Amino acid sequence: MRALRAPARNRELLALIPVALLLSAGFAAVFAQENARLGNLSLVYGAYFLAVCLATHVYLRLRLPDADPYLFPLVALLTAFGLVMVYRIDESLARDQANWFVLGLVLFALTIHFLREYDVLERYRYTIAGAGLLLLLAPRLPGIGQQVNGAYLGVKLGPLAFQPAEFSKICLVVFLASYLREHREVLIVGARRVLGVTLPPLKHLGPLLVVWGASMLMLVFIRDLGSSLMFFAAFLALLYVATGRFSFVVIGMALFLLGAWFFASTVPHVHDRVEIWLNPYAEPEGNGYQILQSIFAQADGGLFGKGFGQALITIPGTHAALLPAAQTDTIYSLIVNELGLFGACAVILIYLLIAARGFKIALLADDGFSKLLATGLTAVFAIQAFVIVGGVTRVIPLTGVTLPFISYGGSSIVANFVLLALLLLISDRARREAAA
Amino acid sequence: MNRQIVRLFAFVVALFAVLIGFTSYWAVFDAKSLKGKEANARPLLEQQQIKRGRILAADGTVLAKSVAKGHGAGLRYVRRYPQGSLYGHPIGYSFVRQSDSEFEKFHNDELVGEESEFGSILEQLAGHNQEGDDIVTNLDPAAQQAAMSSLQEQGFGAVVAIDPSSGRVKALASNPPYDPNRIPYELEKLNANELETPLLDRATQGLWPPGSTFKVVTAAAGLDSGLITPETAFAAPSPLQVETRPLENDFNESFPPISLDTALTNSVNTWFAQLGQKLGEGTLFEYMDRFGFNSTPAIDLPSGQVYKSGVYEGNELLGPGDPVDIARVAMGQERLEVTPLQMAEVAAAVANRGRLMKPQIWSRVIDPDGRVVKRLDPSEYSQPIGARTAEELTTAMEGVVSEGTGTNAAIPGVAVAGKTGTAETPGNESCGGGEAENQAWFIGFAPAQDPQVAIAATVECTERFGNDAAAPIFRAVAEQILKDEGS
Repeated sequence: MRALRAPARNRELLALIPVALLLSAGFAAVFAQENARLGNLSLVYGAYFLAVCLATHVYLRLRLPDADPYLFPLVALLTAFGLVMVYRIDESLARDQANWFVLGLVLFALTIHFLREYDVLERYRYTIAGAGLLLLLAPRLPGIGQQVNGAYLGVKLGPLAFQPAEFSKICLVVFLASYLREHREVLIVGARRVLGVTLPPLKHLGPLLVVWGASMLMLVFIRDLGSSLMFFAAFLALLYVATGRFSFVVIGMALFLLGAWFFASTVPHVHDRVEIWLNPYAEPEGNGYQILQSIFAQADGGLFGKGFGQALITIPGTHAALLPAAQTDTIYSLIVNELGLFGACAVILIYLLIAARGFKIALLADDGFSKLLATGLTAVFAIQAFVIVGGVTRVIPLTGVTLPFISYGGSSIVANFVLLALLLLISDRARREAAA
Repeated sequence: MNRQIVRLFAFVVALFAVLIGFTSYWAVFDAKSLKGKEANARPLLEQQQIKRGRILAADGTVLAKSVAKGHGAGLRYVRRYPQGSLYGHPIGYSFVRQSDSEFEKFHNDELVGEESEFGSILEQLAGHNQEGDDIVTNLDPAAQQAAMSSLQEQGFGAVVAIDPSSGRVKALASNPPYDPNRIPYELEKLNANELETPLLDRATQGLWPPGSTFKVVTAAAGLDSGLITPETAFAAPSPLQVETRPLENDFNESFPPISLDTALTNSVNTWFAQLGQKLGEGTLFEYMDRFGFNSTPAIDLPSGQVYKSGVYEGNELLGPGDPVDIARVAMGQERLEVTPLQMAEVAAAVANRGRLMKPQIWSRVIDPDGRVVKRLDPSEYSQPIGARTAEELTTAMEGVVSEGTGTNAAIPGVAVAGKTGTAETPGNESCGGGEAENQAWFIGFAPAQDPQVAIAATVECTERFGNDAAAPIFRAVAEQILKDEGS
């Protein structure tokens, strides 16, 4: 058993070194571009980053010796990459981002410390679900809610501003994993065929309809198609894995599309988003500006990109944005612009590797809750990446979801580190039991 | 549940593959069309960030340069023309929003440092920003100034001065001028000015009847084809019935049998009309082609801004098979329309013993490190006439200036060969009505036996004749260039 532990963490340690080097090289590239001279400051940043990662690594070595060795280096790689990109956009934003990265690691450590026996979550699943819904609706509460670009995604409590949807996605997955673990049998057994379609038993349909209703509610109240899609897709993924009934997914999808179509034609903000997606050239200087500039930035990148720090973000000589929201929504377009199709493929590959490791954890875990929780967390993470990258590449309507670990934004980084902590907790137990 | 998890992962892989597919489409496959979209300002903004090379006169005077504005990512370059309106033609302009014209447009690739694809990738890897090459022109600032000043004294029109032995363009001026520095603010206004058309480079785009200057081409065809010799004499009665309409000499004067010298010196219309009839359409058109008529002159300006000279029916050029009054073409009338550049080429070909050199404004291209990357290698466009014909013509053209219709072109102590022309353009709308409807011309070269410069000068919408309006321009420019050559 000892024999397994050491290699896992050693592999993690080895994997962290190239990540720190990459960060140094990235900062060096941005420095070289901006100052035309190469200071050793890039190495200092790289060293700090490596130190923080090593501390986390030592913590993992002590607390979760058997956890998946690749997840943390992969996430560190994304974070390092995000830091360089955000630094390249605005130095002061990168400082915030670095602070959030540290804060995220603190919450990561706390999660591992207090939720070592994560089954405890099952006991509070309705509380957690309630908290998740409350978080979702918080932006509409008078006094603390904030509207950003027509969507209600932000909350401001005194000096603390955050995006609750990032946290509520974890709550929702925890609840669904727990609920489906308990009810999956009856959902399968009680299912009956009506007109050739397998329907879930009516009695258990209720809670599922509640989730659907919650997603629709989000469309109406939060007015954000992206997070709504992300939540519902995660739900369908879990439902499919729990029951093995593809027909449930089809029914769910149909319901979602029906609801989305209905609200898209009645809620103006959602309607606009869909219109822009279909006809971006209708208002190239107005509503269509962001998506068009996002695509133009990608066209400018080509195969190899223009290089770090070489792409235009603002119109030269002005502060007018050429690529709006470059540090958040459209950061992927900036990556394509500067690092080209190859750089973008590398980023997507990292997300894919994280998803692969996440699903691997789900495969290894041997109790239903762990399996479903790992699946749900991985799915919601992968779908979030898909929703925003798909948005800026015009696969789906563009909405304001962050690109996990890369986009500028505290809530996103912190929440995703909590998500990572949960995955590692599941992984540690699963691998220990597998080895035992 | 494991099977479902694996399938779910496969689904995620498919989703991400879609992302890569779309990214590839925008970044690579559709990139070219996206860069051409009107809503896409990036190509223009990036062009702005290239330091465009300078354009210099032969003596190093800066005609165009790029000045930096802003810094860092906001850095961009704007074009400045320190000489103002003096070189608006033929240098043109280059601005991001207003596009480019003339020399700036023709030499754009060198000025922005556009190299081979491979070279530019290497440059980018080495971290060099793209920077344009400088171009030194053949333009002589003193000659250009003399050309513009004398033009402005005489009226709207154009002058082209060429070194006949190399084709180097020493001066090229068009009046009214425009100041390229004002283009970003006034392009629409300048375009809308249809009365003065200041953006029209009259030297290369002005099409006017050449009048008697064309008799040089007719004489060249007659001599070179062997149809006549300098001694061949025939009578030139006035009026002469040509194509059922009478054709008259100046003052309706009839001449007894005379030879080429006398006919050219006194610009005898009916003599050249008869020569044209004897030559016939085939031969005259063939010699016109040899001199470069009916083709776009091989000067280094955009082909859209250099017009062909020839016999026009509307916008169509007529050829030997078409019904034309060849006698009137031979004396520079009919529907013949020519540019000053074309007439300067005629003078230059005669001056260079019958060999027509390609007219070129550029002289050498210098990269940002000061290395000469390219140097003009003068090349021959054609050999329209033999050296002997050129000599005989030169003698006749000397008579024009020393004792004929072009005495105002004479320069003390220098033998000048030339030919005047005055084409009546009744009803020319661009002259805005009134009496001033002559197109005054002078073409020639000097010194006659060792030509340093060949010039065509023309003034539009004037009451005066070639000798009064155009010959003084020739003289001012030629004197200035000979002075520069001598010093």
